[in-house]
Amino acid sequence: MYQEADRTRCFRRRLLLLGGAQLALFGGLAWRLWQLQVRDHANYQLLAEENRINQRLTVPPRGVLVDRRGRPLAVNVPTYRVRIVKEQAKDPRRVLEALSEIIALDRRRIEEVLELLRHYRPFVPVTVREDLSWEEVARIAVRSPELPGILLDSGLLRRYPHGAVTAHVVGYVGPVSEAELARDDDPLLRLPDFRIGKSGVERTYDRELRGRAGLSRIEVNAVGREIREVDRREGEEGADLQLSIDLDLQRYCMDRLAEQEAAAAVVLEVSTGAVLAMASVPTYDPGAFAGGLSVALWRQLAGDPRHPLVNKCIRGQYPPGSTFKMITALAALEAGVATPATEVFCPGHMSLGNARFHCWRSSGHGRLGLVQALAQSCDVYFYELARRVGIDAIAATARKFGFGERLGIDLPGEMPGLMPDTKWKRERLKQPWQKGETLVCGIGQGFVSATPLQLAVMTARLCNGGRAVHPWIVRGRLAHVKEGRGIAPPSLGLRREHLEWVLKGMFEVVNGPRGTAKASALPLPGVFMAGKTGTSQVRRISRAERAIGAHKRKDRPREERDHALFVCFAPHDRPRFAVAVVVEHGESGAKAAAPIARDIMLEALRLDAAPETPARGQLAWAKEP
Amino acid sequence: MRGRLDPVAPTVAEKLALLHWPFVALVVLLGLVGYALLYSAAGGSHAPWAFRHGIRFALMFVLMIAIALVDLRRIFKIAYPAYFIVLFLLVVVEIFGEINKGAQRWIDLGFVQLQPSELMKLALVLALARYFHAAYLDDVRRPLFLLPPVAMILVPVALVLKQPDLGTAVMIAVLGATMLFLGGAALWKFALAGALGAAALPILWSQLHDYQRQRVLTFLDPERDPLGSGYHIIQSKIAIGAGGLWGRGYLRGTQAQLSFLPEKQTDFAFTMLAEETGFLGAVAVLALVAAILTVGCAIALRAESHFARLLAAGVTVNFALYALVNVAMVTGLIPVVGVPLPLVSYGGTAMLTVMLGFGLLLNAQVNRDTAIPRFPAEL
Repeated sequence: MYQEADRTRCFRRRLLLLGGAQLALFGGLAWRLWQLQVRDHANYQLLAEENRINQRLTVPPRGVLVDRRGRPLAVNVPTYRVRIVKEQAKDPRRVLEALSEIIALDRRRIEEVLELLRHYRPFVPVTVREDLSWEEVARIAVRSPELPGILLDSGLLRRYPHGAVTAHVVGYVGPVSEAELARDDDPLLRLPDFRIGKSGVERTYDRELRGRAGLSRIEVNAVGREIREVDRREGEEGADLQLSIDLDLQRYCMDRLAEQEAAAAVVLEVSTGAVLAMASVPTYDPGAFAGGLSVALWRQLAGDPRHPLVNKCIRGQYPPGSTFKMITALAALEAGVATPATEVFCPGHMSLGNARFHCWRSSGHGRLGLVQALAQSCDVYFYELARRVGIDAIAATARKFGFGERLGIDLPGEMPGLMPDTKWKRERLKQPWQKGETLVCGIGQGFVSATPLQLAVMTARLCNGGRAVHPWIVRGRLAHVKEGRGIAPPSLGLRREHLEWVLKGMFEVVNGPRGTAKASALPLPGVFMAGKTGTSQVRRISRAERAIGAHKRKDRPREERDHALFVCFAPHDRPRFAVAVVVEHGESGAKAAAPIARDIMLEALRLDAAPETPARGQLAWAKEP
Repeated sequence: MRGRLDPVAPTVAEKLALLHWPFVALVVLLGLVGYALLYSAAGGSHAPWAFRHGIRFALMFVLMIAIALVDLRRIFKIAYPAYFIVLFLLVVVEIFGEINKGAQRWIDLGFVQLQPSELMKLALVLALARYFHAAYLDDVRRPLFLLPPVAMILVPVALVLKQPDLGTAVMIAVLGATMLFLGGAALWKFALAGALGAAALPILWSQLHDYQRQRVLTFLDPERDPLGSGYHIIQSKIAIGAGGLWGRGYLRGTQAQLSFLPEKQTDFAFTMLAEETGFLGAVAVLALVAAILTVGCAIALRAESHFARLLAAGVTVNFALYALVNVAMVTGLIPVVGVPLPLVSYGGTAMLTVMLGFGLLLNAQVNRDTAIPRFPAEL
């Protein structure tokens, strides 16, 4: 029997041990629960809330852009888009491939979408394609049972009703880049489908147009389905902006320039600096950027030697040529080294040291005064004035008129041009200034370069009584053009009579019997235009070339031909508009640029007389989808 | 109804009086906790889980009482046949599963799906209790004597492992080891088996299915794949932790109610309990389980026959093992192995095993004074 007692004792001992061990394990579990539920409770509570609450940004509609008469230039149109949710699709690649059989969807986009899906949580919808046609929507809807995880919904797409006509001014929107993400912490930019202004007004005023995101906190379940809205903070709609551009004039300018290979035209209101038109050809279609640009098209646009993507009005820098002569004249007059009565004899060239500087007219102009020198654009006259006054005085006057510095127009990428002086040459080129360079700069050649916008601003400042207007596109950006407050732009401090003599010269250019642009006078009774031609050399002409007349030959390669420029204002007695036209390699300012400028001026005057259409009603209409 | 085996066997009424009613009350209480939890898991609805759970529990409760009233010696007699029948079923479903790749490894009984692997736990306890009933410690000391029971353990373990059901296989192995331990096997033999097992781990690892390896790896580092296999355990810990001391309120656990918590009605039922009723509720249920364990042990200690003791201890350990593994699993202490919390989680198989086991346990209680000869004459 002792054996029975033995095994009973053994069993009891071992069972107590085992039971005790198990109870201890239960104690251990209780301790574990204490860890999770009491010690680390706050942490897990937070995680549970993060699980539960989805912060959803409500995207405000982007502000609408309208022209000065309220006609829409950039609007939002409802678009149907197709999106995919990874969690529901199970096998996104298969679903996308099935989708590509019923709507246009290329391989590359499928790979992009798959890459995006890896970035986001499985219940975040990722847009596959926007701007679906009705037919495509219908096709997807019919096949939806075979396309798990595919969602159809509507969003807003940016549209530019006038496309290429306003492309350089209005710009376009595109996906947010890494660099933009890095310098802007607006949460809107983190949204997968958000579009940001990439160029033009869309870029300059992106913050204003974008508005502020609303935030709604939504309780969601594990698959992302919304249960209820916990709370919400309203955002702010993007501001609608009115541009100074007159759509009709803009379109006219683009049409008028269309036959040129590369050209630019700017129309300014001389009293305010408002940009009425800003045309640059060739242009591009901003609509092509909305849905993502194909690589081929991008290469074509970026690689084109005529630079369709560049707004030449603010980024093209050209030697101003003879259009610069007003500056040289004013510098000399203000410095007192010449008077309106000063006369110079032009034998067709001028010698300085052992160098010879030629007039465009090799036979010479004979003896002439300031007005005729401007009218006939005599180079020797201005060589002489430049020699007398010196480069630093010319540069100082030029800067007053906006040369050599950015004018601060509210468009991205404005270039400053170049207005050299002795200091600049010493510091930048480490060389002393040569006297001959003063002469060359005096007729707007050599180092001098300016944008078409600068030329237009110069013209406006000349004819508006010497006031420092600044160019602008959107009202309200500059102090002196704030709505309802007619603060006159500050004076440049020039003698009125000096300005008048120069303007008289410009009047003669167009209306005088020997004016270089007399063929481009306005065909209007009692309305006169004043201007200045410019034909600027792209490269230096060698003595040998000049001897055989090679610099005037028509069969020179295009890129060696002179630029044609013309600046003008009208009406002569009560200036309203300033126009600057640059035709790249147009050869003659009088023949290529002046007729264009004249036609643009005519159109500007005609439209100015047309009754204004109410702006506000138009604005409301433009916002409607 | 007087039994054939014993002319002076007690009546049904006498047996009912001998039942351990406090234990029965604890079991019913745990079943009710399960009901309440499944009601909440369905978002405050009797359908689809709570009601069926209740029906099932009621049926099995009757079964448990019925088993408790059977003559212990009858159970003693069917111990081996039961083991072999279950083993046979295990082989049958294995062959069936082999033929139809990935086919089910259970037999549908209508109100419950019978998994032979689950039933094997009880059958093994029965068979080993029967085996060691005849063994004095001197016998157990003989290595050859231990060969048959080890084989009885390893054969079903191998079959279940092949299914593949790692969790159940490990549980069967642990249960078998427990029986050997209680039967009196020398401790150094366990140490040896443990060492052999450790040496076999690499081989086992190579035999594991990809998803099983995944589970082990994910257990070691749940953040490795937070949206994939690590998701369950991360969400479970968040839910438990968010419960705090007092809980988020019955029917108000956001993790469970908003479906962040997977399998909340089955393997992760305890998680939901912990989220909604907090540390206090979770510990209360742990205490309930521990109380059942304690009473089970007490019944085992009190029983007269070695068979009854081993039987009672075996089913008690089996039950406690379920609970320990389940809670350790949902709190992230061990890999997710798919072991439910018995009587609380939805699902009939575990409940059947546990309730049948409790029937045997109560039987041992009722027959605590019944002696069974080491070698009954008729065998």
